[in-house]
Amino acid sequence: MDFSLSKEQQLVQKMYREFAENEVKPLAKKVDAEEYFPAETVKKMAKLGMMGIYFPKEVGGAGGDVLSYVMAVEELSKVCGTTGVIVSAHTSLCAAPIFENGTPEQKEKYLPKLCSGEWVGAFGLTEPGAGTDAQGQQTTAVDMGDHWLLNGSKIFITNAGVADVFIIIAITGIVKDRKGRPTKEISAFIVERNFPGFSVGKPEDKMGIRGSSTCELIMEDCIVPKENLLGAKGKGFALAMKTLDGGRIGIASQALGIAEGALDETVAYVKERKQFGRSIAQFQNTQFELAEMKARVEAAKYLVYAAALKKQQAMDGAKVRYSVEAAEAKLIASRTASDVTRRCVQLFGGYGYTRDYPIERMMRDAKITEIYEGTSEVQLMVISGDMLK
Amino acid sequence: MKAIVCVKQVPDTQGKVAVKPDGTMDRAAMATITNPDDLNAVEAALQLKEETGCEVIVVTMGPPPAEGMLRELMARGADRGVLVSGREFGGSDTFATSQILAAAVNKIGVGPEDIVFCGRQAIDGDTAQVGPQIAEKLHMPQVTYVTEIQKKADGLVVKRMLEDGYMEMKVQTPCLLTCIKELNQPRYMSVPGIFECYAKPLDIFDYNALKDDPLIETDTIGLKGSPTNVYKSFAPPVKGAGMMVESVSQLVGILNDKHLI
Repeated sequence: MDFSLSKEQQLVQKMYREFAENEVKPLAKKVDAEEYFPAETVKKMAKLGMMGIYFPKEVGGAGGDVLSYVMAVEELSKVCGTTGVIVSAHTSLCAAPIFENGTPEQKEKYLPKLCSGEWVGAFGLTEPGAGTDAQGQQTTAVDMGDHWLLNGSKIFITNAGVADVFIIIAITGIVKDRKGRPTKEISAFIVERNFPGFSVGKPEDKMGIRGSSTCELIMEDCIVPKENLLGAKGKGFALAMKTLDGGRIGIASQALGIAEGALDETVAYVKERKQFGRSIAQFQNTQFELAEMKARVEAAKYLVYAAALKKQQAMDGAKVRYSVEAAEAKLIASRTASDVTRRCVQLFGGYGYTRDYPIERMMRDAKITEIYEGTSEVQLMVISGDMLK
Repeated sequence: MKAIVCVKQVPDTQGKVAVKPDGTMDRAAMATITNPDDLNAVEAALQLKEETGCEVIVVTMGPPPAEGMLRELMARGADRGVLVSGREFGGSDTFATSQILAAAVNKIGVGPEDIVFCGRQAIDGDTAQVGPQIAEKLHMPQVTYVTEIQKKADGLVVKRMLEDGYMEMKVQTPCLLTCIKELNQPRYMSVPGIFECYAKPLDIFDYNALKDDPLIETDTIGLKGSPTNVYKSFAPPVKGAGMMVESVSQLVGILNDKHLI
């Protein structure tokens, strides 16, 4: 597999690094401490084409590729996990399913505004009773003839407080499965924030990615136009699962970035910190810890980039699936992020436990990557399911 | 209407400085950046493009890898690039360089409304001579140390920043402006810009393309033709960490211990 970056990929990486260092890093502490959603950063990213990186120019995208998107989430997350997931959820969970499943009219209506960053996107699948058991949906959508009527609620929705467009998964009926048993028919909808009956609840008080806007969505007789059914009726579950395949590549990139950012901070710190008359970088324990972590981060990076290249093949029209690659990348990258950030805090010692240094924030931010868009256990199910099919 | 911006690729002074045995800098061994003031010049041209729709052309003299810098500037929004490159140009001082760049600008063609932008000075030579010399060669008015530009119907109103104040003046086009960092905040490359930049036109002007231009005297360019030569380049010695003294008596004690007083 060829991981050498094209000239364009080298340039986007350079731009992301400069942007992250100058615009994102200075805000990261405030984003965490004050649960501050960095709206000004989103505006700046929008101007630079970062809210629709891998979509073609015809739909308002930047005309880039999937790896260029992955590197954006990675570089942002090196300095601020919150900023990384804003881009990831917007791109992978909202713009992508519309791009992949939308009618020409839906694409024309939503993609230019999402890609330009004028609108922010979100995705609602999880419910109080439907987490890993995504089939346990309770939200219903009833065909009222000239519109759909949605009722129910969604929880833990990333970007919810700021998003203008939501992909909502709901039950549209009961059908018989192949064995003749009654089963829920699930469909997907594009719901705008200002549709009647739609509201956003209070934000969650979270352990990490504290600036990310995570809220409940409430639909009480929410009126959704007929033309806002996304994909075929009854195909919503498959659409959600495929969307999450893409989303996992984004979260894997976020995890990778957090781990790399923690290592960068730690390498700088161990050179400065002196104990027993010399820098702690001179102790073999420090050296071996750093080496071990670096090797694990690189291994994660190869999996993440490989998943991105596989998704690119699908984007280019090849009949390939990338569910397993995405699950492997997310499983390993998120575990690496949690492991590496925890070990980095250890190398920082007491200072690492204080909020004067960014490393404890990175450890808190890392944990969510093992949980959202499918827990690590879900990734294990996806991978083993493919092995044993 | 055109905005022609002269830019230079310079060593990244954040990195290590490499010097060749003959005393000149080993540019190939050093990481390079676009000269910071030149980025302000490019930004000024791009803002003019947003205001007027003018074409922005970035011009540099340098070895073939300088194309990379031109592509980055096209990724910021410049429309095309001109790389002035040839062994005959190597080692040129400011006098020689400004002849060559003036000839390149001449070849691009300067119309009545056009503006040539330069950075104030490059961080490697710090001479601030090339921009003004280009203007002299091209017989066009020049304004240096520009910190504000307003486009008017009959020319430009330009503010210069001087050590002890400002000077506001009117200048007619075509003219040359040298820009300082206070003028603007250079933009980043954009993602769509990056994915377009390698498809934008890039012309290469070699020695043969420029040698017959009346602005060039072929025996006064390159290392041999340059009236000035680099005697020696060196990295300044690294200063050790300083120490804070608590009192005058402590300072006197230290100086005394070192037999300095």
